[in-house]
Amino acid sequence: MKGNEVIAEAAIRCGCDAYFGYPITPQSEVMETLMARMPWEETGMVVLQAESEVAAINMMYGGASAGRKVMTSSSSPGISLMSEGISYMAGAELPGVVVNVQRGGPGLGTIQPSQADYFQATKGGGHGDYHLLVLAPSSVQEMNDFVDLAFQLAFKYLNPVMILTDGVIGQMMEKVELSAYKPRWTDEEVEKLNGSWAATGKKAYRERAIKTSLELIAERQEKHNERFQAKYRKMEAEEVRYETIQCDDAEYILVAYGVSARISQKAVGLLRKEGYKVGLLRPITLYPFPKSIVHQLADRVKGFLTIEMSSGQMIEDVLLSVNGKTKVDHFGRMGGVIATPGEVVEAFKTKLIGR
Amino acid sequence: MAEIRIEDIIKPENKVYGKSKIMTDTPLHYCYGCSHGVVHKLIAEVIEEMGIQEEVAGVAPVGCSVMMYNYLDIDWMEAAHGRAPAVATGYKRVNPKKYVFTYQGDGDLAAIGTAETMHAVNRGENIVIIFINNATYGMTGGQMAPTTMVGQVTSTSPYGRNVDINGYPLRITELLAMLPGAAYVTRQSVHTPANVRKCKKALRKAFENSAKNIGTSFVEVVSTCNSGWKIDPVASNQWMEENMFPFYPLGDLKDGERDSFEQFSVQKLKKEVK
Repeated sequence: MKGNEVIAEAAIRCGCDAYFGYPITPQSEVMETLMARMPWEETGMVVLQAESEVAAINMMYGGASAGRKVMTSSSSPGISLMSEGISYMAGAELPGVVVNVQRGGPGLGTIQPSQADYFQATKGGGHGDYHLLVLAPSSVQEMNDFVDLAFQLAFKYLNPVMILTDGVIGQMMEKVELSAYKPRWTDEEVEKLNGSWAATGKKAYRERAIKTSLELIAERQEKHNERFQAKYRKMEAEEVRYETIQCDDAEYILVAYGVSARISQKAVGLLRKEGYKVGLLRPITLYPFPKSIVHQLADRVKGFLTIEMSSGQMIEDVLLSVNGKTKVDHFGRMGGVIATPGEVVEAFKTKLIGR
Repeated sequence: MAEIRIEDIIKPENKVYGKSKIMTDTPLHYCYGCSHGVVHKLIAEVIEEMGIQEEVAGVAPVGCSVMMYNYLDIDWMEAAHGRAPAVATGYKRVNPKKYVFTYQGDGDLAAIGTAETMHAVNRGENIVIIFINNATYGMTGGQMAPTTMVGQVTSTSPYGRNVDINGYPLRITELLAMLPGAAYVTRQSVHTPANVRKCKKALRKAFENSAKNIGTSFVEVVSTCNSGWKIDPVASNQWMEENMFPFYPLGDLKDGERDSFEQFSVQKLKKEVK
């Protein structure tokens, strides 16, 4: 199946209550698949084509306020439009899943794949001091697995979670083992699980729920900010996920996520054949970034090379984690151009080995 | 003649009026003479009389009523500026049995949120939209609104609204009444006791409609903003009657239900093209 189709299928199967979206290339198959599947007949899941990305994210705000599992998907320009609403959801501590199938930018840019939205995804994106928890799938299987995971994390932290993928993974066809069906939460389950915070209707036994991001008293707003920061520290302590490939004896490390990790894995194989001891570190959570493993590897390797389809964004997190202990460089193609393993091999030699 | 004591007067059987239980004890922050407090009270009374406190959620806007959630003891969502109908849509779609209403000013509903308003009504969302039209941006200090009258002086139209520069006042309620998704579209006011009673009836009908799944109910309340208009409350009522009512006439614009599929089949799609 295609990555985008799998996102849709995984949403139905994990008991998602509603999808709100707006068409944009290269991810329109998500909503097309959902509309063709008619999950409202099967699980009762709502699928609604909104009038804009702005409306879609605010529909999510409403559905999430009710304690329901809601999601949307879009691509880079659409995510920019949603960023206001994502900031409001983070400020109101609302759960939800946002999928970004990245394309090249800035502006309308191109419809070809890209990884140029790393900063936007991991450093906040919208206004205010907030973070999303960001998952980066590098296979169609992970497109399936991360939807349910994203919902679990979103409700654990009451924070929006982003699945940051790209036009390659979204359009790519691979074999996939789909998850088993989970039933949608009943009204009673929503009340039991989320009744402490959700706007499920004012009950006599509790205060009214107010899902807002507004607090005009500066000192109280600072308390909110401190609570958010504590949440992000907890994510950093508990949710870091990454994969290491042939790093045990490695003298050099390629760092790449998403489709770039697939390309880099191939490059590692080619370089090993030539006798270079190279490994691959694949961050799975981009926020929280796997700082500790980079820091540990920096003690014993001769250099890092980040491979990104951008001018170099994740490299800043690698540099911070390495903290000057060893050499760090970047190789990437931009504007929707996909690097080849051969180009990665050449970049490795010129940038890290010096030939 | 027997002495009349206060205890003899304050008895349950003599009670003719009381504060709705849905209204909290938080003092309203609105200016004296503002229409917001009256409309809040009417919504509270309708919710109490219908017995739907546990079944209703409100969506507060950005504007003077941004902190409306402090005044009505129900569950609330605070939307981004203009997005209340989208928030209400999301809430209602996952909770079809609940009541949800938005409460929006003219800037929120008819400027920044025009798209969300039009499309929510056009889809026939089973929500209630309450629109406070006071022809100005009250909270930010009386700037020009989409509904500001031609010639009306505001802080951003200091020489009066000029159609050559600022365009025309927007009668969005008339536009919405044309949409097939609308069930009930009405324009009310709350400047006299008789109008307050009429407005309450309209709100009650709007909430009842949303349980019947017959489309969107939209209640505009032509309102005053004496602070923004820089005239006293009594003169504001008079200014509204003389200047706004001719352009924004009171009354029902649509009262029924959203178009059925059969009614709307004005253009039958041709058979599949081979």
